[in-house]
Amino acid sequence: MTKIEMNVNGRAASGEVEGRTLLSSFLRDELRLTGTHVGCDTSQCGACVVHVNGEAVKSCTMLAVEAAGSEVTTVEGMANADGSLSVIQQAFQDHHGLQCGFCTPGMVMSAAALLKENPKPSEAEVRDYLEGNICRCTGYHNIVKAIMAASGQDVAPVAAE
Amino acid sequence: MYNFDVETPGTVADAVAAIGRDEAQALGGGQTLIPTLKQRLASPSVLVSLSGIAEMKGVCMGDDGRLCIGGATTHATVAREAAQYPALAAMASHIGDPAVRNRGTIGGSLANNDPSACYPAGVLGSGATVVTNTREIASDEYFQGMFDTALEEGEIITEVRFPIPEAANYQKFVQPASRFALVGVFVAKFSGGVRVAVTGASEEGVFRWSEAEAALSSDFSTGAIDGLSLSGEGMISDLHGTGAYRAHLVGVMTKRAVDAAA
Ligand SMILES: Cc1cc2nc3c(=O)[nH]c(=O)nc-3n(C[C@H](O)[C@H](O)[C@H](O)COP(=O)(O)OP(=O)(O)OC[C@H]3O[C@@H](n4cnc5c(N)ncnc54)[C@H](O)[C@@H]3O)c2cc1C
Ligand code: FES
Ligand code: FES
Repeated sequence: MTKIEMNVNGRAASGEVEGRTLLSSFLRDELRLTGTHVGCDTSQCGACVVHVNGEAVKSCTMLAVEAAGSEVTTVEGMANADGSLSVIQQAFQDHHGLQCGFCTPGMVMSAAALLKENPKPSEAEVRDYLEGNICRCTGYHNIVKAIMAASGQDVAPVAAE
Repeated sequence: MYNFDVETPGTVADAVAAIGRDEAQALGGGQTLIPTLKQRLASPSVLVSLSGIAEMKGVCMGDDGRLCIGGATTHATVAREAAQYPALAAMASHIGDPAVRNRGTIGGSLANNDPSACYPAGVLGSGATVVTNTREIASDEYFQGMFDTALEEGEIITEVRFPIPEAANYQKFVQPASRFALVGVFVAKFSGGVRVAVTGASEEGVFRWSEAEAALSSDFSTGAIDGLSLSGEGMISDLHGTGAYRAHLVGVMTKRAVDAAA
């Protein structure tokens, strides 16, 4: 077992892990941050996306020890300091960007990474960026709409299909 | 996953020493190796992480005009920073998805040599040189068949050096479930001739399509390859496409690449 420390959502976190402990397991089982979902565990679905030092990664495909000393942000760290929803989260609610909500933590984290890189993406750029995030419910349309709205763009042209 | 220890060396020398020990294996971005470990298809007792080795990361221009990419450089970094070689940067920007690109590395992709991976086509198509801790390997010698390379046990890819062509382009026909290439073609035009490297198609892994190279070297236009065709023999046949379909796609993707490069 190795003792690791990292900063998660602005707070110091530490724990004992095995070499094989995945970052997703460390967050969920050790830190009890169960907002990060594990949909496939085969690196395909993106439900487990978190940010490590500001970059989106699949936490089921990174070892916890590799994140030692990093700044990690999970969906639990996305709300505003007063507990109200962030702009992206609120947009998902307003535009019905979720149904069962299983993919939503990964979608929100990918959306946040996209908007940091590209504050006013086109619809095509949003769809392209979400290539690694799979949703079984929504048909993606309202997710794309929510992200466009969160970027401050008019979503009237993103007509419902 | 079976358990293993993880070492995080800070230099190539320390990494080579650690990997030299019994049952140790290099860990790049883990985007192939971690899924493999989960399936228990590999059982190293030590993983030696290369991601903390500063001398193996980054993109720069060599004095000889070649673009040098450290072996532990992520696809996202290449997409962002390989501006001197736009076709290569564009190829890197379409590997997998953004989260995969933030972790996956050029060295890991080349060491793995998946028959449907993108980098093998970029490296062979460019005639690049794979640099390891012990030697330099020309791309024509490096790729030795599906998942097979010239690397020796414990050898680490520290850098890849790309000569920069006059014009180049990579066209990938995406297999929508895996996001790998169903067929991908990298075309590069140098003053001395044209190279065409094909991934995703052959059961032997990445290969150079020599007839197309000869035709394009005398006339760099889509018309030059009009009469050429490949046989479906020896091509990968699976539920995503037959060998004949893949062979046909090679021609289509080559034309698109020439069109986009010219
Ligand atoms: C969802 C998904 C989609 C993908 N889509 C594509 C795609 O479209 N195109 C594509 O090309 N790839 C794709 N990949 C694969 C991806 O590019 C991987 O990053 C890459 O194949 C392996 O690189 P890695 O750094 O993650 O290596 P790892 O998984 O860490 O290692 C792979 C192998 O290489 C060895 N190794 C690692 N680094 C070195 C080194 N420097 N020297 C020697 N040996 C080393 C390891 O020991 C291991 O055997 C995809 C992966 C996923 C999960
Ligand atoms: S749980 Fe990590 S990609 Fe699906
Ligand atoms: S809302 Fe159910 S998987 Fe996306």
